[in-house]
Amino acid sequence: MVTPARVVIGLCLSAPFVAMLWVGSYARTDPAFIGIPFFYWYQMLWVLVSTALTVVAYKLWQRDQRARAAARGGARR
Amino acid sequence: MNDGVNGVALAVFIFFFVLVTAMGFLAARWRRAANEHSLDEWGLGGRSFGTWVTWFLLGGDLYTAYTFVAVPAAIYAAGAAGFFAVPYTILVYPLIFTFLPRLWSVSHRHGYVTTSDFVRGRFGSKGLSLAVAVTGILATMPYIALQLVGIQAVLDVMGVGGGEDTNWFVKDLPLLIAFGVLAAYTYSSGLRAPALIAFVKDTLIYLVIAVAIIYIPIKLGGFDDIFARASEAYGETNPATGAPRGSLVPGEAGQWTYATLALGSALALFMYPHSITATLSSRSREVIRRNTTILPLYSLMLGLLALLGFMAIAAGVEVSNGQLAIPQLFENMFPAWFAGVAFAAIGIGALVPAAIMSIAAANLFTRNIYKDFLRPDATPAQETKVSKVVSLLVKVGALAFVLTMDKTVAINFQLLGGIWILQTFPALVGGLFTRWFHRWALLAGWAVGMVYGTVAAYGVASPTQKHFGGSSEEIPGIGEIGYIGLTAFVLNALVTIGLTFVLRAVRAPEGVDETRPQDYTADAGDPGVEVELPPATAGSAH
Repeated sequence: MVTPARVVIGLCLSAPFVAMLWVGSYARTDPAFIGIPFFYWYQMLWVLVSTALTVVAYKLWQRDQRARAAARGGARR
Repeated sequence: MNDGVNGVALAVFIFFFVLVTAMGFLAARWRRAANEHSLDEWGLGGRSFGTWVTWFLLGGDLYTAYTFVAVPAAIYAAGAAGFFAVPYTILVYPLIFTFLPRLWSVSHRHGYVTTSDFVRGRFGSKGLSLAVAVTGILATMPYIALQLVGIQAVLDVMGVGGGEDTNWFVKDLPLLIAFGVLAAYTYSSGLRAPALIAFVKDTLIYLVIAVAIIYIPIKLGGFDDIFARASEAYGETNPATGAPRGSLVPGEAGQWTYATLALGSALALFMYPHSITATLSSRSREVIRRNTTILPLYSLMLGLLALLGFMAIAAGVEVSNGQLAIPQLFENMFPAWFAGVAFAAIGIGALVPAAIMSIAAANLFTRNIYKDFLRPDATPAQETKVSKVVSLLVKVGALAFVLTMDKTVAINFQLLGGIWILQTFPALVGGLFTRWFHRWALLAGWAVGMVYGTVAAYGVASPTQKHFGGSSEEIPGIGEIGYIGLTAFVLNALVTIGLTFVLRAVRAPEGVDETRPQDYTADAGDPGVEVELPPATAGSAH
């Protein structure tokens, strides 16, 4: 069943693939950050971005599960 | 570079080594379950680990000598190309989030301990299950070999074992001792040993990274200087290839390689038997998803560690074997006692995963080869015994890799393993989501992928080696250079899909599927899900 929450979960989980596999979008040295070329700090920034996206996906997924359990009338947990 | 033994560093190193060894033996008593002779107990630690222990365990497998030695060494050697490890680990978490909870559920419903168990239950095919088991054991060996290379690099830099001019036994003696200790406590404690030691390991590693990443750049004059000097070094011509040594950003031609290596490695990682072992030993599927939100901490570490490759260049470290670059950097930059701590971090960081990997490979052999094909009526005690012996044999196999193969590009050990293990992806992940694929088609696709991958990897030459010199080759039909593992995987998938259409058209027998759709979403607390208690006898839950 496709719900808005699930679409968002899907987007959160697929965004890192688009960003990281499109190497041409970040294969350059400028602008540097504290002396580190763009290529390196950008990818490390994506560690944090993808973590944030995964947390969002996790929270949405938890809510989704609870809503479904409630809908079944068996909210045991 | 062996200017005598570094006594202080060695003493500190030995101190930590003795500490973890003692912990390894004591681990046998930690949270012990009633029946220690069952395979579930020895090999999965009783499957009751919570979020943090699971985090340590997964981190222990995922971040290894690969992280501390092989990746910085790749950067030291060629620059940007080695940094693919960062996007690789970024992509791993969405994949884990999506696939592994389903595997946890179906495994805890049916008592599966390995991926082969699942494949056999899902597709009713012993042949496919055997293929998955053999691939898992084979692919694990070079990965363990990489860990041993890491330990050896540390010992080399400390001046233990002598240089190239001593005989092979003296040279490799420390490696053999380290190997012996690892083997002994894994043998006696099973998965509990690495889980407990992982705490020490990660504490040491965080400490060393924090210090290294602040102290070394300051000493070297900041990142500006470091990258300027590295850029200069990469511009110099490599006499062996006649091309520049490397570059700070991947060029147009290198981008396909970069992306395919990242994607291929990410897809391969959680196919490894040891990743699966750590996942299945968590308490619930919640624990797994929650972990994907804290595991990226390790990725950040990986990125920072990778930068050490540049720092080694800037610090003027000159080594012929790139694997020694980081240990040598530590020895040059740190006071002797802290170099010892850093070496201990690397050494233990290689031991823990080596233990977990060999246990996982041993489980695979026992459950899916010994019990399915050799001794179907084996008792649980016999199973555990066989597992322990095989875990030793797997380590010996890895040792053979280390002693005979070229170690200057250790990252290729891991990439070679990836080429193989990736071929089990269609059966495992495909199986988790659909029963549409035909078991014979999966087997054929696997065979095609394995043969193509092995032949292509065999054909890659490097300046130092005629065969298995690298893991990238021209992708047929596209013309760009890409990771062989990913190409083989695509071939595998195409064959699987094509043959499934054919086999379904001729109504070939599909085999029995013992799982039901609701098994894939079951969680702890649902009826029929085993959480804390291992089955009374190993494998009796079928």
